[in-house]
Amino acid sequence: MGKASLEVTRGAAACGCAARTAAGNAREASPQDMARVREIISRLRDRTAPLLPILQAIQKEMGWISEEAMVEVAEALGMHPSQVYGVTTFYTLFATGPKGKHVIRVCASAPCHVPGAGAVLEALKKALGVEVGETTPDGKFTLELTSCIGVCGVAPAIMIDDQVYGNLKPADIGAILARY
Amino acid sequence: MLYRAHVLVCNGTNCSLKASPEIQKEFSRLLPEYGLDKEVKVVETGCFGLCEYGPTVVVFPDGTFYSGVKVSDVREIVSEHLYKGRVVKRLLYQVPPAAKPVQVYPEVDYFRHQVRVVLRNCGFIDPESIEEYIARGGYQALGKALTAMTPAQVVEEIKASGLRGRGGAGFPTGLKWQFAARADGSGPKYVVCNADEGEPGTFKDRLILEGDPHAVLEGMALAGYAVGAHQGYVYIRGEYVLSIERLERAIAQAREMGLLGKNILGSGFDFDVEIRLGAGAYVCGEETALFESLEGGRGEPRIKPPYPTDAGLFGRPTVINNVETLANVPVIIERGASWFRTLGTQKTPGTKVFTLTGDIVNAGLIEVPMGITLREIIYNIGGGIPNGRQFKLAQTGGTSGGVIPPELLDVPMDYDSLAAHGSALGSGALLIIDDSHCIVDVAKSFSFFFLHESCGKCTPCREGTLQLHRIMERISRGEATRTDLENMKALAQAMYVAPLCPLGQTAPLPLMSTFRWFESEYLAHVVGKTCPAGVCPVDGTAARAAAGCAAREV
Ligand SMILES: Cc1cc2nc3c(=O)[nH]c(=O)nc-3n(C[C@H](O)[C@H](O)[C@H](O)COP(=O)(O)O)c2cc1C
Ligand code: FES
Repeated sequence: MGKASLEVTRGAAACGCAARTAAGNAREASPQDMARVREIISRLRDRTAPLLPILQAIQKEMGWISEEAMVEVAEALGMHPSQVYGVTTFYTLFATGPKGKHVIRVCASAPCHVPGAGAVLEALKKALGVEVGETTPDGKFTLELTSCIGVCGVAPAIMIDDQVYGNLKPADIGAILARY
Repeated sequence: MLYRAHVLVCNGTNCSLKASPEIQKEFSRLLPEYGLDKEVKVVETGCFGLCEYGPTVVVFPDGTFYSGVKVSDVREIVSEHLYKGRVVKRLLYQVPPAAKPVQVYPEVDYFRHQVRVVLRNCGFIDPESIEEYIARGGYQALGKALTAMTPAQVVEEIKASGLRGRGGAGFPTGLKWQFAARADGSGPKYVVCNADEGEPGTFKDRLILEGDPHAVLEGMALAGYAVGAHQGYVYIRGEYVLSIERLERAIAQAREMGLLGKNILGSGFDFDVEIRLGAGAYVCGEETALFESLEGGRGEPRIKPPYPTDAGLFGRPTVINNVETLANVPVIIERGASWFRTLGTQKTPGTKVFTLTGDIVNAGLIEVPMGITLREIIYNIGGGIPNGRQFKLAQTGGTSGGVIPPELLDVPMDYDSLAAHGSALGSGALLIIDDSHCIVDVAKSFSFFFLHESCGKCTPCREGTLQLHRIMERISRGEATRTDLENMKALAQAMYVAPLCPLGQTAPLPLMSTFRWFESEYLAHVVGKTCPAGVCPVDGTAARAAAGCAAREV
């Protein structure tokens, strides 16, 4: 049943932190390659308001943003680490722990909900054997919910990493997952 | 080089998902085989709007409109239509299937009732070519303003046009520019294009940017000239990969041609544009939260006043406008305010781009004059409700908007008329819902949205959205009491005023709007413990829900 996934526990599904903790607990956070983090910082630090572009680059190139990386960024920009942490945890697209190799985001907003996003979510959960916010044991997929991703013309839709899939039926899921 | 025919293949996000890039490749592969590659040009365009029946292919000069084209159909189009001049009847757009197929683009009902101002180029030009934009009159408005108008005259023209912001609130754009133009000029001013587009059901900004990025850049440059700003930012959702790519290319091309950068067209006016990406937070679409995010912080809204035109980005006077608002600007400057006023209504001139979603035959992007009725949109353009179902409600303005029941189908679609009925025009999202759906189940997806998107800064919103969603869940499970309903109403009253920003203040609105029109259906769940539509897992219907309608749980 889809019910369990949206049974909201305080602060969990609401802000996506569930996903982070789940993934974080699943595997010991490996130390990030700090040389790469420093390279990203030096590449972007001279832009106006560089914090978000730097975090976006770390997220994109390394898949998540570690505590050490946040401290490094804070020092470079003359900020307090807690400020950087505050910004990092504010945005859904930033992860503070490693996630699966591919992140599957299922749109749960009304225009996707009406033509059957729930059934698609169920099919995904069944195929992957995980709940929302969890990562498959092999570390390949993390399953998350998202608000509208702006492709409601082909609802219901999901995103796997940067790739959008639309007009989905539960029966389509197997073939899509097989591509990864 | 001149071509005998052009084949336009839609490569908007929606069509790309249905293999339009492969279709284009197939054309390019087959044309030489028939010796047609010197005569026929394949053009990749932005969205035509008829996303439901994509991928679409239009052949000019005749304007033949093919829909639902598959890669395997391409050979037939090439060998029959392009080579022998015989239209492939079986691929013509034809909805509903029994109706007579329509051959020529302007005859398609979906387009016949539309007036395309903002979408004037979408689907007609290659969005990656600045030459094609210029060939259709692009950058003429900028040239005209820089050479023949003072900044004050530009502001006056926009004011006279009556253009109102298309991002949701409908604030008069000319007035906004005037405030910014008159604001403290001792330091820099900024122009910001709001392309954060997070409102569920809205995807117009994405398709405008994908289909005609130069129109938005030209609008920004005009805004910059009008208010005395030299730097513009486009704040765009990180997920909009194709829009970002096209915009980046457009900026580079405009710089190369001297239409952005220093001394534009030799006028001495400097203006440049930089792209900044969002990182996944609906609230960042709110203008002051957007500034916070652009400055590199948490995207939490500021308290207003001061308003952005006095203290916006980096504390400086800033004009912030929606993508669609800016795309209107060049046409107004080029054709004049009085022309613009011939469209739409007295209080809201011009057109509006709507995104049609849900239980509707033609889902997609449309542009119509302001003030058209909802009935006309649904039945004349949208093709009505599919599967022999009845219209139950429309949600206008996205999840932050309100609900329109069948009694109000003749309401004119403009800011004031919808507000008078407790709904909103908002960003132009139109979600159509038929009678197979349960109002509680739909409303639960609204409450989940606000819970998910509350930024957590202020208590009334953080806690209020959680409680609202919990009550909705109890109602849907048949566990709620009348007290829950009373509590929900009381909480809604508090939330209309207490939260810091409009996100929290709006959260109860869609719920209360469904309650207002469908109270009996709520009571059926609460008192009768039944779900009339048979969707919610209340006692007795839970079995059915478990078996087939898990769909409705999100
Ligand atoms: C919660 C919230 C989200 C918003 N999201 C958007 C958005 O995604 N895009 C947008 O253009 N305006 C959005 N707005 C409206 C902006 O605050 C602002 O009014 C608009 O960008 C002004 O441009 P306009 O006058 O051209 O409409 C949002 C407002 C609120 C309160
Ligand atoms: S509602 Fe799902 S993509 Fe917009």
